[in-house]
Amino acid sequence: MLFTEISGLLKKEVKIELRQKYALNGILLYLAGTIFICYLSFNPQTAQLQPVTWNALFWIILLFSAVSAVAKSFLHDSSGLMTYYYLVASGQSIITAKIMYYSGLLIVLGLLGFGLYGLVLGNPVQSPWLFVLGIILGSIGMATILSLVSSIAAKAQNNQSLHAVLGLPLLIPVLLMSIKISKNAVDGLAWSSSYDELAVIASIDAIVCALAIILFPYLWRS
Amino acid sequence: MKKNWWKYLCVLLLLYVVIGGLLMDVPRLHILNESIRNTFFHAALWPSMMILLLISGIYSVGYIIKPAAVRDTAASEFAKSGILFGVLGLLTGMIWAKFTWGSAWSGDPKQNNAAIALLIYAAYLILRGSLKDPQQRSRISAVYNILAFATLIPLLYILPAQTDSLHPGSGGNASFGDIDLDNRLRAVFYPAVIGWTLLGVWFSTLGIRIQNLTNKWDD
Repeated sequence: MLFTEISGLLKKEVKIELRQKYALNGILLYLAGTIFICYLSFNPQTAQLQPVTWNALFWIILLFSAVSAVAKSFLHDSSGLMTYYYLVASGQSIITAKIMYYSGLLIVLGLLGFGLYGLVLGNPVQSPWLFVLGIILGSIGMATILSLVSSIAAKAQNNQSLHAVLGLPLLIPVLLMSIKISKNAVDGLAWSSSYDELAVIASIDAIVCALAIILFPYLWRS
Repeated sequence: MKKNWWKYLCVLLLLYVVIGGLLMDVPRLHILNESIRNTFFHAALWPSMMILLLISGIYSVGYIIKPAAVRDTAASEFAKSGILFGVLGLLTGMIWAKFTWGSAWSGDPKQNNAAIALLIYAAYLILRGSLKDPQQRSRISAVYNILAFATLIPLLYILPAQTDSLHPGSGGNASFGDIDLDNRLRAVFYPAVIGWTLLGVWFSTLGIRIQNLTNKWDD
């Protein structure tokens, strides 16, 4: 019952995204544009980026792409549509579907961004699988926090700026852990040296997911 | 009179902390020297802030379970006192850091994360300000407050533990247990935590009373 509800909502998200391609294309262009601007600003023809800078810049690009990608999660749903959801589905399945969909979207964005970023700015990553795992765990955390924050901001006035104001500080723990994991991956350290960070980010993801699923039904009623 | 015993206790404890904390004999340590007394005026503020923010979070959970305007007011006022203590903690820490570490902001992980924590709670106040409908404001800010408190724990206790900090007690610096062999610091530190917490609760109850009167006035 719950499962069919979630999978139905997930299908709906994907269908809407594919039907209105402008949103998806817009966010891809945003990512590509930012990466290209960074490439031109640093002018790596003459100056090589330090691994620390390379890594930090990548995560900042990913962070802002994620904020603008998830911003439309609830902000763009009209109030009529929300009423309809209220009649046909439970709050838990709506937020679960949103989290799953946006986690997927951010993982795809992150991997595409990694590819393009590595192509233009050089790829110093020595253990790519650890880096990819960092992107996946970081994306899940960012998607969850931003989905919940987007549903909060949707209720308020000046919601675009509120979305960023509420989301950015909450994202910092996830971001710091992801940066640390991917720095270890860039330096090619053994996996065992990142176990601590992986455990922390996985537990932050789990806590935030659980909170989102518990709290969303209360947000949604208004 | 009987109801207010804890306010007298608060005044007495803080008098003891200020007088005892400034006059008592403290362990002599390299670099720290007399500035070790900041344990009572800086370090003691953080547990107090956590207690106040925890109370605020509990009121928010209470509001979610059973909505009542009083609980929302209490949650916001306790959060405000918690934020005040956080700001004071940062300021006292910066003054201390200027003399022991050489600069007011040294990029210490605990310092950075405390600043982030204050940003999260500042966002809570902004969120409250931007919602007009009182019931909607109460419910939505309660949800955000719970989320904020859940982020605060990893931010202040788990993340700084993973990296070396300049703070005493981490990164190879002498810790509380090593310095305070004869429990002299503890004899002032724990009363200081209780005293500052009671002061915060006092601020909050005053804020709650003002808010309730304003609500009544508006009706």
